[in-house]
Amino acid sequence: MIARAALIALRLLPVAVTVVLVVLIGQRAGEFRLDEFTYVAIYFAALLGLNMLTGYNGQISLGHGAFMCIGAYVAAVAVLGRPGLALYGHHPPDWLPVGDGMRPVFTIPLAFVLTGAVGFLFGIPALRLAGVSLALATFAMAVSLPAIAKKFENVTGGGGGVNLPLPHTPFGWDISTKRWLYYEAWGVAAVLFVLSWLLVRGRVGRAWRAIRDREVAATASGVSPAVYKTLAFAVSSAFAGAAGALLAIQVSYVNPDTFPISLSVLLLASVVIGGLGSLSGALFGALLYEFLPIYAQEPPLVHFAFGKQAPAVVFGVLLILIMYALPGGFAGAIRRMFAPLTRFLRERQNTREPILEPARRGEA
Amino acid sequence: MSELLELDNVAARYGPISALHGVSLHVGEGEIVALLGANGAGKTTTLRAVSRTVRTSGDIRYEGKSIVRRAPDALAKLGIAHVPEGRGLFAELSVWENLRMGAYVRGERRTIKQEAPRVFGYFPWLERRGHQQAGTLSGGEQQMLALARALVSRPRLLLLDEPSLGLAPTVVQELFAVVRRLNEEEGLTVLVVEQNANLALESSARAYVLEVGNVAIEGSSEELRRHEGVRRSYLGY
Amino acid sequence: MLAFTWPEFFQQITSGLASGAIYASLALALVLIYRATDVINFAQGEMATFTTYIAWMLMQHGLPYWPAFVLTLVIAFAGGFAIERVVIRPVENRPEIVIVIVTIGMLIAINGLTGWIWGSEVKAFDSPFPNRTVDVAGVAISLQDVGTFCVCLATVLVLWLFFRFTTLGLAMRAAAVNPGASRLLGVRVGWMLAIGWGLAAALGAVAGMMAAPTTFLDPNMMLVILIYAFAAAVLGGIDSPVGAVVGGLTLGVLVNLLGRYVAFVGEELRLPTALAILLTVLVIRPQGLFGHAVVRRV
Repeated sequence: MIARAALIALRLLPVAVTVVLVVLIGQRAGEFRLDEFTYVAIYFAALLGLNMLTGYNGQISLGHGAFMCIGAYVAAVAVLGRPGLALYGHHPPDWLPVGDGMRPVFTIPLAFVLTGAVGFLFGIPALRLAGVSLALATFAMAVSLPAIAKKFENVTGGGGGVNLPLPHTPFGWDISTKRWLYYEAWGVAAVLFVLSWLLVRGRVGRAWRAIRDREVAATASGVSPAVYKTLAFAVSSAFAGAAGALLAIQVSYVNPDTFPISLSVLLLASVVIGGLGSLSGALFGALLYEFLPIYAQEPPLVHFAFGKQAPAVVFGVLLILIMYALPGGFAGAIRRMFAPLTRFLRERQNTREPILEPARRGEA
Repeated sequence: MSELLELDNVAARYGPISALHGVSLHVGEGEIVALLGANGAGKTTTLRAVSRTVRTSGDIRYEGKSIVRRAPDALAKLGIAHVPEGRGLFAELSVWENLRMGAYVRGERRTIKQEAPRVFGYFPWLERRGHQQAGTLSGGEQQMLALARALVSRPRLLLLDEPSLGLAPTVVQELFAVVRRLNEEEGLTVLVVEQNANLALESSARAYVLEVGNVAIEGSSEELRRHEGVRRSYLGY
Repeated sequence: MLAFTWPEFFQQITSGLASGAIYASLALALVLIYRATDVINFAQGEMATFTTYIAWMLMQHGLPYWPAFVLTLVIAFAGGFAIERVVIRPVENRPEIVIVIVTIGMLIAINGLTGWIWGSEVKAFDSPFPNRTVDVAGVAISLQDVGTFCVCLATVLVLWLFFRFTTLGLAMRAAAVNPGASRLLGVRVGWMLAIGWGLAAALGAVAGMMAAPTTFLDPNMMLVILIYAFAAAVLGGIDSPVGAVVGGLTLGVLVNLLGRYVAFVGEELRLPTALAILLTVLVIRPQGLFGHAVVRRV
């Protein structure tokens, strides 16, 4: 009994700690710090998605930043609406369902859905690609997207980008805008975390992992790789889209160069270093992405473009070292540290409690 | 007659699965020794132990000196040639290029010029098909090419793994005839792994029978052919 | 359709062949490593950029072009060799995806290192070829294009001769085709891999030095060319050296012609066009023009 409770407590501990920290920082931190931690929430959301695609389902994507870009533009266009875009002299074609502008917070689910749809469409041909080919294709897509965005000026505002109206705290609440944005971002991240957790621990997650580990065996067991792989793409890009929308709202500005290839590559690096196949790994990755540049003497910018020296070198070397020594990333390392304890607790749990039900025939 | 090759209580495993439990055998210089046994008995693993392509415990001595610390690519220089199961040809390269690779260990350019006539002497047809892609040869031809390639460098010890696998009986007879010739004319020492016990015992002087990773029976080929257990299990009568 | 004249058409073809030769060189580097290790080296472009900067640095210190060129090739070879032995070797027996992530790590690190050492301001890089055009039957052909084409193809040719006719080249081919059997024949497969990486790095250096006069020298200059090289390698067949060269030249010409004559593509959408070609090939005929169909081992 105690062992079981202890195990559950151990698993909930990281979540509890995170919640406490988020609230504490929300209450106490100054505006600048709030900003930084808002970005952490945004990247956390994005990496939750990438983690599901690459960590649980084993599909390498070097294009996650591109999906964030799509989400950001959806948010920007939705918030501005035709009137807003017209102010910049941009007139989207009539057939495009651009409304008259909406509250930023509603653009987040909108971006989630629309980007998820794009991801789904991308996932279909991506099925034919495996491993390295997929990495190649997503890499190429991420490099090309800015150019495409610049081309379709009427919708995206071309190279100059679009400015969003500055956000306001809703309902007249008495907190600063930055604080509101912080809570908004973490609120979204929390929702996405729960969603991710539900997916991963359920049938979908099991199917994903089966496909990742032994696709042929999974197919033989009745799991359809096509369905689940495409689903993984759709879900992960939906998450990226939501994160992108949050980013657009946070920065109040979107332009094609905000999402260079370095974003996608570094996101992948972050989630790998943080720990693939583990939800806490996504959080570590987000912290890494946001704070590594600071501690390597560079200001954290959304324009974290390549050529910014030391942080990149550290990132790259870290990624390589992690592959050598800690393939499970930080999260994996921590799990291994606690492994003796969890093993001990599990054994105590198993010897104490009777086997409740015999294995049912025919269960997958 | 000194022992060219000695295995001393050799054990080998593939991950958690133990394939050899402590095999001891020896091959004298100039001998043809056969290694028999059913599928999974550990015959191929034994050869891999000698060519150092599997991790082992126990000692393996060649020319009296232990080779367990050697890397696989060092053994060719010592005069050990391993024709693996499945032949190990370079399918995309030509017949001639495969033969040239056989000369690699002794300095390709000069060696291949010197040794080609000798090798063609054993397998005349190779000369005519030099430019054919090795992967397009028939099974028997591939086996002969693999053997020819091994001979180019004038090895002292030949490890031959299941040469008869998938080949027609006449081809196999031809192959073993060449092996016997090599043994008689050049003094080549041979350790041959074979599932076809009849065939192997015809050409070999001595043999070992492996069962589940251990040496179950050993003796001269004469003795084994008369041995009750061997006859029933491996010779079919 | 924009105005069409034959002379201009041929001009587009020649400049397409020149850029295609650059793609072909980098594509061949990718294929070399892929054939030997089943791994795509995502850092190939960054390695090329780094070595091109070294060439620039040598010339800044007074070395004339061609000696600097040759010295750079040597340095590139040594660098590629060292990277294989030091960075790749610890993970060479792990699943390909792990090695690919290591190359991505190198991509990030080398890119950062380049910017760190030389700064990210764009620099000029001299071309060894005169900046003139020559009139051939009414078509104005740029000497730089001709020179680029010749240098790249000459490099490829030398490499081909090496692989075809030398012992070492044969051993490297054997090691790529069947490393286990090669070991049994006395080939030190690890060294063959390292040499392969060295040659690939040298090829990349050639691509970089030929591209730099036009793209100018900046830490990100090869990122786009890497995409083109990927597309070319995939188009030609990821395991086919011939395919890499044919793919590169074809892609160069195709993208040039499409960019010039299809208004929608124009200048801006060349790269996405290459991407579209890459994706189409990957989906319809994954083995490309000359490659071998991949049989998935169950």
